[in-house]
Amino acid sequence: MLQYYEPEKDFGTPEVQSSEMVSANIDGVSIQVPAGTSVMRAASLVGIKVPKLCATDSVDAFGSCRICLVEIAGRRGYPASCTTPVEEGMQVQTQTPKLAKIRKGVMELYISDHPLDCLTCPTNGDCELQDTAGEVGLREVRYGFEGANHLAAEKDESNPYFTFDPSKCIVCSRCVRACEETQGTFALTIEGRGFDSKVSAGGVDFINSECVSCGACVDACPTATLTENSIIELGIPEHSVVTTCAYCGVGCAFRAELKGEQVVRMTPWKDGKANEGHACVKGRFAFGYATHPDRITSPMIRDSIDEAWRKVSWEEAVGFAAKRFRAIQEEHGRNSIGAISSSRCTNEEVYLVQKLVRAGFGNNNIDTCARVCHSPTGFGLKTTLGESAGTQTFASVAKTDVVIVMGANPTEAHPVFGSRLKKRLREGAKLIVIDPRKIELVSSPHILADYHLPVNPGANVAVLNAMAHVIVTENLHDIEFIAQRCEEEAFSQWQVFIAQESQSPEALEQATGVDPQTLRAAARLYANAPNGAIYYGLGVTEHSQGSTAVMGIANLAMLTGNLGREGVGVNPMRGQNNVQGACDMGSFPHELPGYRHLSDAATRSLFEKEWQVTLDPEPGMRIPNMFDAAIDGQFRGLYCQGEDVAQSDPNTHHIEAALGSLECLVVQDIFLNETAKFAHVFLPGASFLEKDGTFINAERRISPVRRVMTPLSGKADWEATMAFANALGCEMNYQHPSEIMDEIARLTPTFHGVSYPLLDKLGSIQWPCNDAAPEGTSTMHVDEFVRGKGYFAFTEYVPTEERANRRFPLLLTTGRILSQYNVGAQTRRTQNSAWHEEDLLEIHAHDAQERGINEGDWVGIQSRVGTTVLHARISERVKPGVIYTTFHHPVSGANVVTTDNSDWATNCPEYKVTAVQVSKVSEPSAWQARQQTFDRRQHQLLEQAVEDV
Amino acid sequence: MTLRYLIPRDTTAVAVGANEVAAALALALAEQGSDAPIIRNGSRGAFWLEPLLEIESNDERVGFGPLEPEEVAGILALDPVARKEHPRYLGKLEEHPWFAGQQRLTFARSGLDDPLCLESYLARHGFDGLEHALHLPPEDIVDEVTRSGLRGRGGAAFPAGIKWNTVLQAAGDEKYIACNADEGDSGTFADRLLMESDPYMLIEGMVIAGLAVGAQQGYIYLRSEYPHAWEIMHKAIAKAEAAGYLGEGICDSDHHFHLELRLGAGAYICGEETAMLESLEGRRGMVRAKPPLPALEGLFGKPTVVNNVLTLAAIPTIMADGAEAYAALGQGRSLGTITLQLAGNIKQGGLVELPYGATLRQVLEQFGGGTRSGKPMRAIQVGGPLGAYLPESLWDTPLDYEAFAAAGGMLGHGGVVVFDDTVDMAQQARFAMAFCAEESCGKCTPCRVGSIRGTEVMDRIIAREAPEQNLGLLEDLCETMELGSLCAMGGLTPNPVRSALKYFPEDFA
Repeated sequence: MLQYYEPEKDFGTPEVQSSEMVSANIDGVSIQVPAGTSVMRAASLVGIKVPKLCATDSVDAFGSCRICLVEIAGRRGYPASCTTPVEEGMQVQTQTPKLAKIRKGVMELYISDHPLDCLTCPTNGDCELQDTAGEVGLREVRYGFEGANHLAAEKDESNPYFTFDPSKCIVCSRCVRACEETQGTFALTIEGRGFDSKVSAGGVDFINSECVSCGACVDACPTATLTENSIIELGIPEHSVVTTCAYCGVGCAFRAELKGEQVVRMTPWKDGKANEGHACVKGRFAFGYATHPDRITSPMIRDSIDEAWRKVSWEEAVGFAAKRFRAIQEEHGRNSIGAISSSRCTNEEVYLVQKLVRAGFGNNNIDTCARVCHSPTGFGLKTTLGESAGTQTFASVAKTDVVIVMGANPTEAHPVFGSRLKKRLREGAKLIVIDPRKIELVSSPHILADYHLPVNPGANVAVLNAMAHVIVTENLHDIEFIAQRCEEEAFSQWQVFIAQESQSPEALEQATGVDPQTLRAAARLYANAPNGAIYYGLGVTEHSQGSTAVMGIANLAMLTGNLGREGVGVNPMRGQNNVQGACDMGSFPHELPGYRHLSDAATRSLFEKEWQVTLDPEPGMRIPNMFDAAIDGQFRGLYCQGEDVAQSDPNTHHIEAALGSLECLVVQDIFLNETAKFAHVFLPGASFLEKDGTFINAERRISPVRRVMTPLSGKADWEATMAFANALGCEMNYQHPSEIMDEIARLTPTFHGVSYPLLDKLGSIQWPCNDAAPEGTSTMHVDEFVRGKGYFAFTEYVPTEERANRRFPLLLTTGRILSQYNVGAQTRRTQNSAWHEEDLLEIHAHDAQERGINEGDWVGIQSRVGTTVLHARISERVKPGVIYTTFHHPVSGANVVTTDNSDWATNCPEYKVTAVQVSKVSEPSAWQARQQTFDRRQHQLLEQAVEDV
Repeated sequence: MTLRYLIPRDTTAVAVGANEVAAALALALAEQGSDAPIIRNGSRGAFWLEPLLEIESNDERVGFGPLEPEEVAGILALDPVARKEHPRYLGKLEEHPWFAGQQRLTFARSGLDDPLCLESYLARHGFDGLEHALHLPPEDIVDEVTRSGLRGRGGAAFPAGIKWNTVLQAAGDEKYIACNADEGDSGTFADRLLMESDPYMLIEGMVIAGLAVGAQQGYIYLRSEYPHAWEIMHKAIAKAEAAGYLGEGICDSDHHFHLELRLGAGAYICGEETAMLESLEGRRGMVRAKPPLPALEGLFGKPTVVNNVLTLAAIPTIMADGAEAYAALGQGRSLGTITLQLAGNIKQGGLVELPYGATLRQVLEQFGGGTRSGKPMRAIQVGGPLGAYLPESLWDTPLDYEAFAAAGGMLGHGGVVVFDDTVDMAQQARFAMAFCAEESCGKCTPCRVGSIRGTEVMDRIIAREAPEQNLGLLEDLCETMELGSLCAMGGLTPNPVRSALKYFPEDFA
């Protein structure tokens, strides 16, 4: 998919969906388009280019530039082709002497207030004003340049990624409209009127405005007014490669725009089905980490973590690791080693790691970071619907009438989907937010949730049960759907259970903390919606009853018939770029790729035949089991790829003890992360820019990741795993990740049809993709559920043991922020930190006042397992009794306080509920002091690394 | 014997001293020991006679004006017969030639009584049109309006019946009536006068419009420069609501109509209907591209009737007296009455309502009384700041939309601004560009940048710099603005510029 650089084709106005077609004639060419299509788009579709400036196909027509005027037979005047819909029989001319004169006249006005510095302008060669001036043939500006102008307007360079140069602005409002229509933030406006009209970020500079730096405005700008700083510095790219973002589970498609192997700009790809040309501050701008000086590019080994690292060859490093792993197994048994795969890596890489464990280690001690995020989704959806995946496409939200967002914060954590959702909400869809916090969706410009249910942390199941109770007892359920699609007996039993008075909103109010009348109204709204969709995130899964809550969500959807078509469904918002894929690839200790249980001999034999080994039918250890066993001395060798368990897993003291107990820890990562500080072998990883492969996003979409630069370490991650496997005697000989995908497709029914050539052809594929669905499946469970009949699982509410009491009166919950990503390893190494330098503790004014805490004070947070210290932010987003923080910075130690509690079914940690006390303190905690010391020491040991190659 | 004194509360009357006259009157009456009421009526629109005092006793009502406060006591001191000799004595105003020459339909009630007096409104055929409309199906109301030939009085002169029918036929159960009361044309005041002197008539017209198209909510978009109109309309809406003419179950029927008054923020462009809708929605007053037509996708994206105050205020008359009676007035496709507002350098300024068809010269001669300065008239700008400057050779053009258009002018909202022979038409041409620059919403380029460049080019022309090139450039610019602008603001700005150049070339030489 290497392409010479040229801007993507712009049809001027958005595509229109209509069953009615209209025919017309433009410049002698007959056209037929859906009714409502603009003359401009219709012309563009047949290759007729009408000059334009204010129109672009990502936002609605505006009609302000007056360059795209045309002549229409029988019509007075010169209508703008962007705002004029094609009508049956219309005869249009786009080039006449009169039009030429008007266009030239308008262009002359534009240029009379524009600097004539094209040759030194950052967008020289990529400027629509320049192109259009050429098209209309402007040769002189008779007005001169002494008149009123904006040429001295000052630049705003406050945003780290782009520059706003109003002297080049033509006031086309594309940026303002992109901010409104595409992003939905409404940070930009036009200030003043007439000639004084100017683009403004609300009267302040960009960095201090409401701008979320998604870059949609920069993308939309036809001139050099809003330009990426990388373009200003480096000039325009010379070629581009389509690839997939490696941040969140939205999985946006990007064009990596390059000069040689240097990424100049990441531009969201308009044909990318997950994002349709939109991006966020992370995906678009925060790619600089890939070439950050902190990158470690050489393999390293050491005997003990108190020693300096030795830089060695790949061969020596994997040999060192293999020798130690085999020695451990000889002494402590086959099960004493294991691996953790990464949902940051590609499917092919994850697949190889689990293959290495099962075929090379000879056990099933493979787990993945989905354990700590969406394992309950896998379990809950598999149990009720039969497939461990979301049911829809992202685009499905455009047909939704009522949206429930539960325990998810899309505008921060899945921003591009957040923008889609906001767009639908602005069109009139109703919104129910179930979240302890007043997230942005509860109330933001042009968005107001119809109901916000501020559930007490830990009481999700109670809320879901109460909603189901209302729907059942008020007879709002879809009897026909249930009769046709669901197991009758299970439903009857469940119905009796849920109809009990004990499940009513009133009876559960004490637990939920939600006003019963509000809850009832919300339940009615969802039940009565023509199309109701539920979107949920880690605020649902990361609980002791995470799996129960997922099943409760599936129950609600089945109960109301909201499955099996567009606009409805159960939609897990996946945290990382490839959580779905990592799960699909069989990186759970009990499942082979495609969620097939190890105990199934037929499946096992399939893999045994392909891999030429005998597989252990017993499930291996989950991550928490590995750590417990490490402390017990039973588990001694761990291969950890692309995951920072030391920072991300709960109860840091426990994790650190476990890591410290390992005889051999092999860490594969692009940076010396927190976990690597406990490692004996460091295998340098490759960023998503350095390898080929695929990611699978939250809508089951398999998207290609394409290599645009040579791996800094010489090996992509799949090559590193392969080298390690071969050193262990587990032979692997893939020449390209496509061969790995071919193997996956051979062995996995839901992937049977997937191949790289098909991905190249279609751009992306939603699984299942097989003979039954050769181009993939956009909506799941259309005629029947994957498991046959839908299953109403019992969802008894069992309060978590992690309860507030006199000693720990507050409940701490955690989440993400837009500009940082997860453990922050990537985003902290970009200028994104301009927005979020440190994690803060959000606390309600009432709780703060009781404790004498003021904005900015150091606050100690003490739980049953540990203490950490953060600066306070007084906030109305949390209610009294609940406090909140993010976990992007290692020093914050958010997981020092989180506990070992976990989901009953999957061991997913209960990150979202920790009973704590907070108090004003004067300095960081003892753990933080130790962490800082350890961190400094490990960096010294890295700096002392000796070349031993 | 009932005795009443009437002094207008109208903005213009107050501006020229009506409050002081009223105070003097109160004082004089107190000294006399009289408890006769002083009614603060609306103005009859003869601003050249304001402050106008009317004394009504039994069947006789006579006027005095324009008055100084000091003159009041003197008049009161005279007996009724002697008052007739007073230099300010005007007699019965209906018989005064300035009024007798008019044919008032829309302004028939103006100035007759306290504008908020509902009884007075009812006594003078108020709500007759509504009573009639309440018994008609929507199609019949629309048909009546269509047959009356009523055209939009805001300036574009679009047939009201056709617009109403579009809204009536449009799908959707939520529709709106939006009254454009953002009267921004220089020299115009008819909307304000109507709202300040006969507010119920506008309310009645809007309720009928609601019945006709199936709208249950109306908005009046009033310019913020009209605080008195705001106060009166506000109170009138409240009283109409209390009396059952607005709100749920109008006149005990099953029909509902709610009316809300919204205040503008001082932008001329918000008189443009789509910019007004944007402003009503709480956004910047920016012009929208058409299509979609507001009749199909207007306020909040719903089918909307957008009509000027005078258009809606003509409705009660049409419904009460019938389309035929209305259409019997006027000529050609310009039917009913036109409301001219005589202003500028004129002796007898004020509001003149009469059937379409008279010539401009007839009106000026019959009502204008020459220039205020006493110098000869030289140019007349009809139709607001975007209207052409007409030289004497065109003053015989009949007041008829088509005739005016043929002469290169426009009737617009009926503003007539008179200039004497001291006017510099080059400066006036520059002013047209400057006005556009001042009031442009800034959306489209021909208007936003063109108007600024136009002022600059005019400056060079006035300074006689490279006249040939600059005049050529000006003409090109006018063409770009006329053909390229998004709305009439930029599109019509060339009118005054070109007419000044064409008819008064000596001022540019």
